[in-house]
Amino acid sequence: MKNNKLRSFFKNSSVQAVLSSLVCILLGLLIGYIVLLFINPDGAAKAIGDLVRNFLNYSKPEARFKYFGDTLVKTAPLIMCSLSILFCYKVGLFNIGVAGQYALGIGISLYAALAWNLPWWVCILLAAAAGALSGAIGGLLKAYRNVNEVISGIMLNWISLYSINMLLTQVKEDTSPYTVVVKYKNASALIPSLGLDKLFLNNEYMTIAVPLAIIIPVLIWVLLEKTKFGYELKATGFNKNAAKYCGMNEKRNIIVTLAIGGALAATGAAFFYLTSYEQWNCSTSSVPAMGFNGIAAAFLGGLNPIGSILSSFFIQHITEGGAHIDKMLYPSQISDLISSIIIYLCGFVFFMKYALSKYLAKRDEKDAAKAAAVKKEGGNK
Amino acid sequence: MSLLIQYTLLYASVLILVALGGCFSEHSGVINLGLEGIMVMGALGGTLTMRLLASAFPEAPAIVIILLVILVAATIGVIYSSLLGVACISFKADQTIVGTALNILGTAAATVIVKAVNTKADPNNVSSVVEYIKPKQAFIVNIKGFEFNWFMLVAFLLLIVSYVTLYKTKFGLRLMACGEHPQAAASVGVNVYKMRYAGVLISGALGGLGGIIYVTSGVSEWKFEYGVAGFGFLALAVMIFGQWKPTRIALAGLLFGLFRALSNVYSGIDFLASLNIPSAVYNMMPYIISLVVLALTSKKSRAPKAEGIPYDKGSR
Repeated sequence: MKNNKLRSFFKNSSVQAVLSSLVCILLGLLIGYIVLLFINPDGAAKAIGDLVRNFLNYSKPEARFKYFGDTLVKTAPLIMCSLSILFCYKVGLFNIGVAGQYALGIGISLYAALAWNLPWWVCILLAAAAGALSGAIGGLLKAYRNVNEVISGIMLNWISLYSINMLLTQVKEDTSPYTVVVKYKNASALIPSLGLDKLFLNNEYMTIAVPLAIIIPVLIWVLLEKTKFGYELKATGFNKNAAKYCGMNEKRNIIVTLAIGGALAATGAAFFYLTSYEQWNCSTSSVPAMGFNGIAAAFLGGLNPIGSILSSFFIQHITEGGAHIDKMLYPSQISDLISSIIIYLCGFVFFMKYALSKYLAKRDEKDAAKAAAVKKEGGNK
Repeated sequence: MSLLIQYTLLYASVLILVALGGCFSEHSGVINLGLEGIMVMGALGGTLTMRLLASAFPEAPAIVIILLVILVAATIGVIYSSLLGVACISFKADQTIVGTALNILGTAAATVIVKAVNTKADPNNVSSVVEYIKPKQAFIVNIKGFEFNWFMLVAFLLLIVSYVTLYKTKFGLRLMACGEHPQAAASVGVNVYKMRYAGVLISGALGGLGGIIYVTSGVSEWKFEYGVAGFGFLALAVMIFGQWKPTRIALAGLLFGLFRALSNVYSGIDFLASLNIPSAVYNMMPYIISLVVLALTSKKSRAPKAEGIPYDKGSR
């Protein structure tokens, strides 16, 4: 009987999702550890420990708390990017353009803050609008011209990157390729912290962006699961033709979905860059990695908005943790390596769930056969 | 001007080879978004071979260097692309996720490997740079100021080979059948799994080769943290613009190669320098053109019909 309870526990789809994510993480860390062993066997165990501990490496509790805040500040944009991916994925669209939408969010929010001296909330709204526009272009091409959203997304990524490089060159420092620091040029563009910075022991980058990045996934979950609009979007994702047959406007749904996805990613960019944590390098030659990490977080989080909060935190946690590894022994990119292995393994999640369900079904069948045999034997006596 | 032609031909060689790689993979039915990562790995193998040869056999003849570098780059590409093959063909994983993972993994793994190798050689060297000034000369023949690169010839030959393989051999026609309607191909005895593996592994070889050509095209050292700066994605654009056909891919490669070359050398050409267009515009052009062309032509797109869909024996 206990056996059966355990089995039905494993049959639960959310349990399977959590399990397969954990398997991906453990395998990813294991492979990372093996790579470290190859590079230098002496410090590998300590290095992987440092990576997983991240801010816990600081001995003082105050320092720990402050750097925990830093990790949270960087987690906020990642949550938004992964949310963008999973929202579109629920509607059957792979929003690989998230990296470009994120780039546009950086470009527009910084330009609005530095060139036009606008307050923070206007900067965020403008960034979101730009992201939505970029997403809508992909959506329009998909709905009316039958262009695969992955292909148009890739093209838009690079167009966005080169565009914002040009745009932000107008607000860069005279002597460096970096944009002017927001807090010196226009303090009103900084997202307010409402006392959160004090809570995190004067971590000036800690703003209301962090709680917002936790509230928004909940809203997205409500939108997808509890509203008619969300139901329509998901129905379009399951079967475009069936949705059309039922009288849903499937073309509009595709465009709106990608526009929302774009707005989410661009808002994430504003959440991060309007804290003045980082400046943009106007000669950047690759699309921001945040977007692609968002893909990792979305799939690691089992395509669930709440799951993506946790997985985003985890990925950012080990990315930050990479900085704590002894740089004379190991390259800090080991954390990128681990997170990319985790994404790769996420590709196998479907197979893992399938194998587990098949195994459980087989066990059930065996038990049923055994029970039948016992019954038959009893009848004969 | 000769510099412009030289860069155009070099970049075109890269784009044509990598796009042909994508073409083989997609014709077999697997979308290869991981070309960028495959290029990085090929470049890694090639540059490390060049550095090793330069220190171990400084007197090695040019032909040996050329052949070895090509062989290693292509082999590493094949091995790396097998990650895509195993996941997407045998385990039916989502091709977009796995391709994206390979791109991130390529840059991360190459950086880690180069840093580890550099630190082994000199404990104070924690950079991700591989330098290959001298062995690079083996690839270059100077013809009156124009630097002919043997890679250009390699790309041209492989273009012809690819065309013949795809359209004139049994193997190529079967490969393309697997990308159009795998169940139909299977019904006449074609092993779809084998064909798809072949397509993916060929794309790995061509992608790896493209990677080494790209990093040796303009410079004599490469910083692997940069990956290959989006060239894999540009090659995807070339493939789409070329409508999955080798001959058109060659033309598209030349056109997009020209734009990339312009962004490098426009300041040296008086007429273009006076226009004062930032290099970002030249870099952006290929993507904008592809997007416009896609919007205009995708209704009659020649994309393989079954690409991106894992092969399932049971479905119709």
